[in-house]
Amino acid sequence: MSVASPRNRSTPPASGRRGGAAARNDGAWPWIFVLPLVGGVALFYLWPILQTAFFSFTTWGVFGGATWSGLDNYARLVTDPQLYQALGNTLIYTGIVLLGVPLAVWLASLLNTPGLRFAAFYRVLYFLPYVAMPTAIALVWRIIFNGDFGILNYVLSLVGITGPYWISTPGFALIAVSIVGLWSSLGFSMIILAAGLKNIPPELYEAAELDGASRSRQFRSVTVPLLSPSIFFVFIITTISSFQLFDLLYALLGSKNPVIPKTSSLVFYFYSQGFISNDKGYASAIAIFIFLLIGVVTIVQFRLQRRWVTND
Amino acid sequence: MRKSSSVTRTKRGRFAASVVGVIGTIALLAACSSGGGAGTTTSDEYTPPSKSLSANITYAVWDQTQVKAIDANLKEFNKEYPKIKVNVDVTPWGDYWTKRQTEASSNTLPDLFWLNGPNFQLYAGNGKVEPLTSVVKGGYITLSDYPKALVEMYSLNGTQYGVPKDFDTIGLWYNKAIFAEAGVEVPTDSWTWDDFQTAAATISKNLASKGIYGAAGGMDGQTTYYNTIFQAGGSVLSEDGKTSGYDSPATEKGIQFWTDLIASKGSPTMQQLTDTAADQWFVSGKLAMYIGGDWARSEIAASPIAKDVQVAPLPAGEKQATVIHGVSNVVAASSKNKQAAQALQVFLASKAAQQQQGDMGAVIPAFNGTQSAFAKSMPGVDLQVFLDELAYAVPLPISKNTAAWNAFEAALLPDAFSGARPVADVLKDLATQMNGALAKE
Repeated sequence: MSVASPRNRSTPPASGRRGGAAARNDGAWPWIFVLPLVGGVALFYLWPILQTAFFSFTTWGVFGGATWSGLDNYARLVTDPQLYQALGNTLIYTGIVLLGVPLAVWLASLLNTPGLRFAAFYRVLYFLPYVAMPTAIALVWRIIFNGDFGILNYVLSLVGITGPYWISTPGFALIAVSIVGLWSSLGFSMIILAAGLKNIPPELYEAAELDGASRSRQFRSVTVPLLSPSIFFVFIITTISSFQLFDLLYALLGSKNPVIPKTSSLVFYFYSQGFISNDKGYASAIAIFIFLLIGVVTIVQFRLQRRWVTND
Repeated sequence: MRKSSSVTRTKRGRFAASVVGVIGTIALLAACSSGGGAGTTTSDEYTPPSKSLSANITYAVWDQTQVKAIDANLKEFNKEYPKIKVNVDVTPWGDYWTKRQTEASSNTLPDLFWLNGPNFQLYAGNGKVEPLTSVVKGGYITLSDYPKALVEMYSLNGTQYGVPKDFDTIGLWYNKAIFAEAGVEVPTDSWTWDDFQTAAATISKNLASKGIYGAAGGMDGQTTYYNTIFQAGGSVLSEDGKTSGYDSPATEKGIQFWTDLIASKGSPTMQQLTDTAADQWFVSGKLAMYIGGDWARSEIAASPIAKDVQVAPLPAGEKQATVIHGVSNVVAASSKNKQAAQALQVFLASKAAQQQQGDMGAVIPAFNGTQSAFAKSMPGVDLQVFLDELAYAVPLPISKNTAAWNAFEAALLPDAFSGARPVADVLKDLATQMNGALAKE
């Protein structure tokens, strides 16, 4: 359980010096070994990020030929109502999908119950959506959500509820996308959390039981605190991937759906500016905005983790 | 949890490193900005290549269903030029333009490729497409052999870049069985808007218990509201293509047509049509009339309602009108085998090649007088309607960056159709936004 413990982080100079000395002693070999990875990351991640950052200060012709336009794109960014709409939608989506984290903790601990029959089967069941293609998932959900002929509204009608047109009513469309997003992220979160649960020594539960702690008390006082580094990790990853919502939205709602302008996410807005309206300079500025936003949110989460993540 | 610690750490490190890197490199990058630009186009004189010309060229298309007919064309082409090897590159519609745009940016477009109206001015205006001037001047292609409206679509500032390989018009598909069940007279050649609206509302009313509707609107301009705009005497774009036509009273009537249709319950609502598209309603036997292109015939012929289907011309408003569009074969300006590519372009535009396309039922070929095979390709259905409509066909409205204002139509018009906002207000906003986009072209 050594997730970025505060003790480690308070002494970076020492560890840094130690690392530097080791590298000197070993000569060039360590660098040669990491070169393929560093090279790949630099070429396919860092370099495009730098280019995008540069292009965000330019205005593009449709087929390239960028001309420097300074801060024009960013000036447009701060006054663009559609950007704020997309930002709001992205935040709502992220919020709903993050509700899946506590759900995943609960489900993972259920699956971890000793002696549970068919545990492997359940695990496969929950993990399946994560390995399936988002586009394929979205197409199936599109049929489920169909207002006139979908199975969801049919089931609702059995209990006397007239279901809405899920994917073609502005408010409901976002909720529909969020439901699918939550459902498909559950499997990944559960696998991480289940691995974390396996690391909790059974003696702790035995000790808790001897002290007379109930199952729910054990969950609150043993499971959750000792699982908190895993929960934190799942939280960060889910947040980042939720901010990048695109393919699910695109495939579930369709690019010609009239609710798109009111339901678009940040990345979808980036896509529509860059690849539908052919405005790649402005799209780059949106991309940089998303990049910085995710960076800031992640930093804030790291700051806040000290309050609730238990280490060692 | 070793895994989580390493992941979170690299994430933080990468983030910090890239922020520093970005700032440091911007200055460097600024120095080498704006290279490239539009490739220079030189219109070399075209002469047919010699029989022994050896070349390897690529022909890019998006429709897999036409590949059989294309292969048949190429077999004939290779009888003439045995040493020109043509690779047919099929990219599905969804990715076709993204791929072409990337290639155009790096001047690596396929030697010959399909270009459509909405993208034509973008590619031609940026010098990505080889003009057809010398081919026409040499008499290898005669422009008057093709529908005039479509020839004009592929001309920019007086220069011709391509000729249509095929064309599409829009017709009124209808289900005879539903009309009989509802006790309504089927459409005729002389139908007007009123006949259409009345029939739609009556069918919806009479067959409401079965969930059957009379007709359907939708968000696709080519098959719905562009037609009614032209029928009302309105326009989407001004003659010179510089201003929007959405603020004219006639255009408003063309949009109002669909608002009225939905308001009278003659059509499913916009939401219902988003969930289930009009063609799906029609082929499932839940829609009496479907305004759609000739290309819908393969979907309809394969559906359970095939035997009940017939087609009529679109109802007339102030006048008769239909949208016409057709795809064109164009040579890339950056092609390294321009002569071979032009030879194929000329061949595919020939009467023999287009006749073969039509005979194989792939498309409505554009070459005048080669369409008779198409008219007979769906037994019992009067496909001749789509050909007769040529007389009053209006080209699909396009400008240099069509996609930009198409996006505004998609964003604003739903509120007009659904009645959420008054049509006139929506169109005023649309015209303003569209003029803004056009001014940037």
